[in-house]
Amino acid sequence: MASKQILSPLPGTFYRRSSPDQPPYKDKGDSVAEGDVIGLVEVMKSFNEVKADTAGTVVEFLVENEDPVMAGQPLVELDG
Amino acid sequence: MPITSLLIANRGEIAVRIVRAARELGIRTVQAHSDADADMLAVRLADDAVSIGPPHAAKSYLNIDAIVEAARAKGVDAIHPGYGFLAENADFADAIEAAGMIFVGPSGSNIRLLGDKVAARQAADAAGVPTVPGSEGRIDDVAAARAVVDEIGYPVLVKAAAGGGGRGIRVITSAEEFDRLVPQAAAEAQAAFGDGGLYIEKLIARARHVEVQVLGDGTDVVHCYERECSLQRRRQKVWEEAPAAMLDDDIRQSLCAAAVALAKSVGYRGAGTAEFLYDDETRDFYFIEMNTRIQVEHPVTELVTGIDLVREMILIAGGEPLRLAQDDIAVSGHAIECRINAEDPYNDFMPFPGTVAGLTVPGGPGVRFDTMLYPGYAIPPFYDSLLGKLIVWDDSRDAALARLDGALAEFDVEGVTTTAPLHQALVRDDDVRAGAFHTKFLEQWLEREPLGEVKKREVAG
Repeated sequence: MASKQILSPLPGTFYRRSSPDQPPYKDKGDSVAEGDVIGLVEVMKSFNEVKADTAGTVVEFLVENEDPVMAGQPLVELDG
Repeated sequence: MPITSLLIANRGEIAVRIVRAARELGIRTVQAHSDADADMLAVRLADDAVSIGPPHAAKSYLNIDAIVEAARAKGVDAIHPGYGFLAENADFADAIEAAGMIFVGPSGSNIRLLGDKVAARQAADAAGVPTVPGSEGRIDDVAAARAVVDEIGYPVLVKAAAGGGGRGIRVITSAEEFDRLVPQAAAEAQAAFGDGGLYIEKLIARARHVEVQVLGDGTDVVHCYERECSLQRRRQKVWEEAPAAMLDDDIRQSLCAAAVALAKSVGYRGAGTAEFLYDDETRDFYFIEMNTRIQVEHPVTELVTGIDLVREMILIAGGEPLRLAQDDIAVSGHAIECRINAEDPYNDFMPFPGTVAGLTVPGGPGVRFDTMLYPGYAIPPFYDSLLGKLIVWDDSRDAALARLDGALAEFDVEGVTTTAPLHQALVRDDDVRAGAFHTKFLEQWLEREPLGEVKKREVAG
């Protein structure tokens, strides 16, 4: 099983949920299909969905909720 | 006691503005910054700097404890909040005072009062300042609704008293629509919110946004005349002017007097802005809200009155009485401000953080550029997109428009996409040149895609 990563398309602040009172889009062990939303990146007060460009199972998130991210930075590691 | 040292609890262009104003007063400046802002221009210009936390604003610029602690550690007398972030947070003002320092702004109780929509409306009513006509509170039957509409006239907005976020709002333009829609609105409100109560407000269909700058010392209040900020996109101001060229002088006088009356009635201290909607067909104006801080667009007022508003607010906070009487304040010429944002006007204003490869700032008489940019600066993606404000002054509005056109042609930020092309198109638009606009004008104008006419510049770097 190959390990794959989903990269942040934009620089900004990473969020794992659509709003603070919602569950995370994806958790460890969840399966991810291509096109699934795995989080949000806020760039200058504009919120952008991060969609998976590959499928697999979440091994781990590489950044925490509300962490700053750079464009191209790996956000999540997938197996499969 | 005069302020001798000041912590600036903000970032971007306004932090630069405050550092400069304080420096001219001989005040030692300490610039607070998040970890993402360690190399920002205000940090470079200030005497000292202090980190207040991680990039995420909730953990730094919105963190009251971290800011008060940083101010205490640096031994400053006072904290300037700028605009946005904690500038209108009464708890922040109270925490600073409780820590034995000065908050550069009004008292926490003033911020609390004027920040509450209902309380502010009541304060305005009590001071004799016109508010948008409507029901005094909730209305529970059709007959009472009818009585309100008979008094204020059509068109009206009918809202569910228990609603929110734009839900359950109807526009009613005639008695026929009233008979059909009001019972329906009450039934829907009952079904949606379990509460059939309604609220009725006059619909101000085509209004200008006009606002009055005031300065108070807790006892006396003066006004520095008005600004017009009708060109807005998604309720964000894009272009501002002083004075409001289309305002008749008798209306100007009563508008400014209303703002002073409101500020005086609450014992206002510091710089503040009373915002109004102005209907130029009926010549009626209505108070919307009072902003208890310095505003982004304050420079247009500075250019037409010659008053340094940031300096005045620092002096007032240090305990000085107002240095200007109303008769000392006069308007000369006309000023226009364009907000230059890191957004792509050709792509639905998508934010565009990046690194400034080169910067060409326009010059000449009557041209001012308030910014935090410098060549090589990497614009962080964590905060708002305002990069700077291009402000021009000339002796008439027509001359100011010509000066702005020239200044925009000189202006260039390499490596970053900005809204400058939007302003180039606006400054040449016939309606904008004629001052024929209202608060919905820009959004309707953008739907016609006028930017196709302006040649898109290649982004270098």
